[in-house]
Amino acid sequence: MANEVCLRTLHLDRSWLLSTYESEGGYEALRKILKEKISQEDIIETVKTSGLRGRGGAGFPTGLKWSFINRSAAGDKYIVCNSDEGEPGTFKDRDILRYNPHALVEGMIIAGYATGSTAGYNYIRGEFWEPYERFEAALQEAREAGLLGENILGSGFSFDIHAHLGAGAYVCGEETALLESIEGKKGQPRFKPPFPAMFGLYGRPTIINNTESLASIPDIIRQGGEWFRDIGVENSGGSKLFSISGNINNPGVFEIPMGTPFSELLEMAGGMKDGYNLKAVIPGGSSSPVLPAEVMMDLTMDYDAIAKAGSMLGSGAVIVIDDRQCMVKLLDRISYFYYEESCGQCTPCREGTGWMHRVIHRIEQGQGRQEDMDLLNDVTKRIMGRTICALGDAAAMPVAAFIKHFREEFQYHIDHKQCMVGGR
Amino acid sequence: MSEQQTITIEVDGKKLEAAPGQMLIEVTDAAGITVPRFCYHKKLSVAANCRMCLVEVENAPKPLPACATPVADGMKAWTCSPLARQAQKGTMEFLLINHPLDCPICDQGGECELQDVAMGFGEGVSRFSEGKRVVASHDIGPLIATDMTRCIHCTRCVRFGDEIAGIRELGATGRGEHMKIGVYVERSVSSELSGNVIDLCPVGALTSKPFRYRARAWELTQYDSVAAHDGVGSNIHVHVRNHQVMRVVPKDNEAVNETWISDRDRFSYQGLYTDDRLQKPMLRQDGQLREVEWQQALLEGAALLKSVDPARLGALVSPSATLEEMHLLQKLLRGLGSNNIDHRLRQTDFRGDAANPATPWLGQRFADLENNQAVLLVGSWLRKDQPLLNHRLRKSVLAGGQVMAINPLDYDFNYSLSNKLIGAPADMVGHLAAVAAALGADTAGVNANAEAAHQAIADALKAAGKGLVLLGSVAQMHPDYSLLRLLANNIAQAAHVDLGFVGEGANSTGGWLAGAVPKAGEGLSFAGMLEQGLDACVLLNVEPEFDTANPAAMAGLLNASKVLALTTHLSPWLLEYADLVLPVAATPETSGSFVNLQGDVQSFNGAARPAGEARPAWKVLRVLGNLADLEAFDHESSRDVLEEALQSIGEIKLDNSLSNAQAVTARLVSADLQRIGGVPLYSVDMLARRSGALQHTPDGWKAGLYVCADTASQLGLVEGSSAVLRQGDGELTLPLVVDDRVPGNCVWMPTGVPGSELLGEGFGTVSLEKA
Repeated sequence: MANEVCLRTLHLDRSWLLSTYESEGGYEALRKILKEKISQEDIIETVKTSGLRGRGGAGFPTGLKWSFINRSAAGDKYIVCNSDEGEPGTFKDRDILRYNPHALVEGMIIAGYATGSTAGYNYIRGEFWEPYERFEAALQEAREAGLLGENILGSGFSFDIHAHLGAGAYVCGEETALLESIEGKKGQPRFKPPFPAMFGLYGRPTIINNTESLASIPDIIRQGGEWFRDIGVENSGGSKLFSISGNINNPGVFEIPMGTPFSELLEMAGGMKDGYNLKAVIPGGSSSPVLPAEVMMDLTMDYDAIAKAGSMLGSGAVIVIDDRQCMVKLLDRISYFYYEESCGQCTPCREGTGWMHRVIHRIEQGQGRQEDMDLLNDVTKRIMGRTICALGDAAAMPVAAFIKHFREEFQYHIDHKQCMVGGR
Repeated sequence: MSEQQTITIEVDGKKLEAAPGQMLIEVTDAAGITVPRFCYHKKLSVAANCRMCLVEVENAPKPLPACATPVADGMKAWTCSPLARQAQKGTMEFLLINHPLDCPICDQGGECELQDVAMGFGEGVSRFSEGKRVVASHDIGPLIATDMTRCIHCTRCVRFGDEIAGIRELGATGRGEHMKIGVYVERSVSSELSGNVIDLCPVGALTSKPFRYRARAWELTQYDSVAAHDGVGSNIHVHVRNHQVMRVVPKDNEAVNETWISDRDRFSYQGLYTDDRLQKPMLRQDGQLREVEWQQALLEGAALLKSVDPARLGALVSPSATLEEMHLLQKLLRGLGSNNIDHRLRQTDFRGDAANPATPWLGQRFADLENNQAVLLVGSWLRKDQPLLNHRLRKSVLAGGQVMAINPLDYDFNYSLSNKLIGAPADMVGHLAAVAAALGADTAGVNANAEAAHQAIADALKAAGKGLVLLGSVAQMHPDYSLLRLLANNIAQAAHVDLGFVGEGANSTGGWLAGAVPKAGEGLSFAGMLEQGLDACVLLNVEPEFDTANPAAMAGLLNASKVLALTTHLSPWLLEYADLVLPVAATPETSGSFVNLQGDVQSFNGAARPAGEARPAWKVLRVLGNLADLEAFDHESSRDVLEEALQSIGEIKLDNSLSNAQAVTARLVSADLQRIGGVPLYSVDMLARRSGALQHTPDGWKAGLYVCADTASQLGLVEGSSAVLRQGDGELTLPLVVDDRVPGNCVWMPTGVPGSELLGEGFGTVSLEKA
């Protein structure tokens, strides 16, 4: 049971072509909708039934999100796909764009139809040149086949998609910063409310979904909401792409059913590299709280199980850490990332990320003080829940979790001015 | 939802009434509940970025920013609960970690929002022991000093540029901790409202450059006053130390200047303290002006006034003189038997005087400017002439209204004009007549040829539920002003919109009310005085070479008459022509009143000590009245003068309607080369002209003869080459400047600027050639 939805064409030669996609049932869902004039309500209901939750990290139910937009409002409405994929550890959307771009194109068209939208934008991470070209080629193929653009398949429904290449800012993966960036402004999150469903791209009602969420839509429509839901487990419908990396033998992207035990995923990824022992796992991208090995080995990969253990499934970016790694050094690197990527708009994140990084870096360099860990914990509390967007939380959560689970390593650094594991 | 609907919320256990859609902070501000804030400002959009105003709201999992949380019926909020306090203190700590501890040398110290809030929400000792951020500052011009290390990134200045000034000059570049506020393009800030960012900045990042290191906030005494440099009458605070004006800042008055002032009103005070400020009375003896005591000077002055034939006595008064000064001067003149008095010193066409409106004014209240659907500007660079009226008009454009213009120069505005007809000054009459023709109105005998653009302007005015035809300062200096005025009147009547006048100076409306104009049929207008000459001429705060329409004619007048000047500054022409100069107090040094363009009488007290032995002009005029043996010059205070003036004015009836206006033939005719005059914004009066900071801004006049590229090449001239401009007997040599805002066959050389005293009136036929 793998590669059933977004990576369904992966086993075929030149999987990204329209002909390959169509040989596996591609565009059947769209054709069916347009031919049978399936109502918007029915489509949204099917998506709700599927239990599909936002694959970008927040896990918000996709069908519910679609129902927020006022479909009958006059004027332009937009579907925006978030292919910014900036979370360290995540590289799944890249493979959808590379190997099955038509699933996304079809998913966006169906989303456009279901929400009464007039156009779609796909915001692609600035570093993704090859995926960008694949996606543009797919759009061209779809347009030439009459599947995209004016009067799709003679149905009277018109919808076009534009690709937009980002410029390398992590914060532009935040949906409202992404909208600002498309509009040509500095990528900074907007204050909400108003939410994008009311006031989105160019001030118009807008739905923003992750690449994987949208690419899952055609199969949900074609094979039914129940079919998708039953792949997964309670509260976590369907299958999910996991990007697994770190100290393992076979890093890569795996599409597996929700609820698969972590131990199985680790096995698929070839197990621990060079025979070292598992020490910890960051289960959902660098912003999700780290979990110790013994907790992780008992978990299944679904929203509820990981949330119960105190972390997040996030975007499904699993970072595997073996017992040679210094957790202080690792946190130093992670905190540096958020320090550099804070947009600077609001105070706690702009000032707090730099403060945390400097203190952690100092500890790592053997300059730590006894009060530093309490200070760090306190700073995380002053950032979390105080910022305009989730980047502040993303920066603070790993700090709190690393100190919570690996306090002795930090204490060792402070006491001995050297590393507990590296011998430095 | 009806507008009157109110809802009830509860803040800190107190029930408060609110309107739906209001933000929580507006309700708490109105109720006097303190919520700390930095980025929020009532006149700017909500940014919610400083996170200082976080408060606890029932059922919200996290503290919410009061500035961005709309109230809802039954909402309960706590501004100082443990959760709210913890959030506010957290933000405070973050704001302080990278803020330099340089309060002792910071100009903002003592009036700093960060300092104030830190007293309530900051800790005594910082837990931050890492290196602090340092940010390089750039020179953004002569008005605003920058210390960007102190910036807390509230973005008020950025939003001000975007939303109020209408030009994005300051912006945030860089991310995270590297984000900094600066100019996008490496050049100085050019908005005529730029100084307001000094007040908006909650910290010492943006401070006043001319005020820098001059005084500490707690050494200053604050006086309420009224700005004297345009017809708005912006309410200001004058900050004084040791009896000297240290700086000027705005005072809120929603009906007048809202919360802003123009840079001209803010920085003109620099002109008070210059080397040519007159310190003592001076009398011409043996051909030389020599200092004399006041007593002698006043006796000499009174003797002079009494010695001349009243019909050959005249007075010219600055349109920025106070109502009290104007009243006493006209009373003095009329007491002596002369009706020759005028404040319209830049006007050249007085042929329409018989039809003058009773009391010309803007035609609309300032706030109503925002509601216009169509406005036609005739000969007006409103943006620079009256920056805050233009700000009101900009709001009408943002709300979907149209502003159109008939101008002799392609002035840039901070909104787009929906239609503009730019042409040589002689063409303005034809354009206006064509608009009148398109409306089916009387064209006052002018041949009118309505084209599409004229029709479009006419249609827009006609379709407007509320509209305005506004005659600007350039129109009033135009040689065919009476014709422009008549046509504008006809257009306004045909389109059922208002007619308005943008007067000169701070008190032109007051000049009409106080009688600083010849009464119909009696006495000479300014033009009449120039034409017929005088035996004695009284000048009240007039710098004759720069404040009058036709310097060449003015020199003739002064040369042939005795000159008694009451003046703040001793200009070269006064030094040359005056027989007696009496030093008087400038506006912030004297009490008085101005009537602004919407008819508000605004009084103020003196704030600073007059320079040297200068006396308030009303006192000087009063004593001159006594010494000239006139009745009823026994006022004890300027308040007495005001009361007398207001009594003689009676009810203030603003009235722009023309009575029996007669058509006249246009004086200005097409020529090979026409001069375009007008007065640049920082050349309007003695103080503004002497403000070094204002003169160094991009709006300060850069000496040159301005022509477009086509005209330059026709004349065989290139940018920077020396050219000579000839007008009548006058000539002026300056470098040529190529500026495509100037229409073909025209040269832009304003009045009121150095060099203009060598020429004649601002408009007319000239020649230009290689020097």
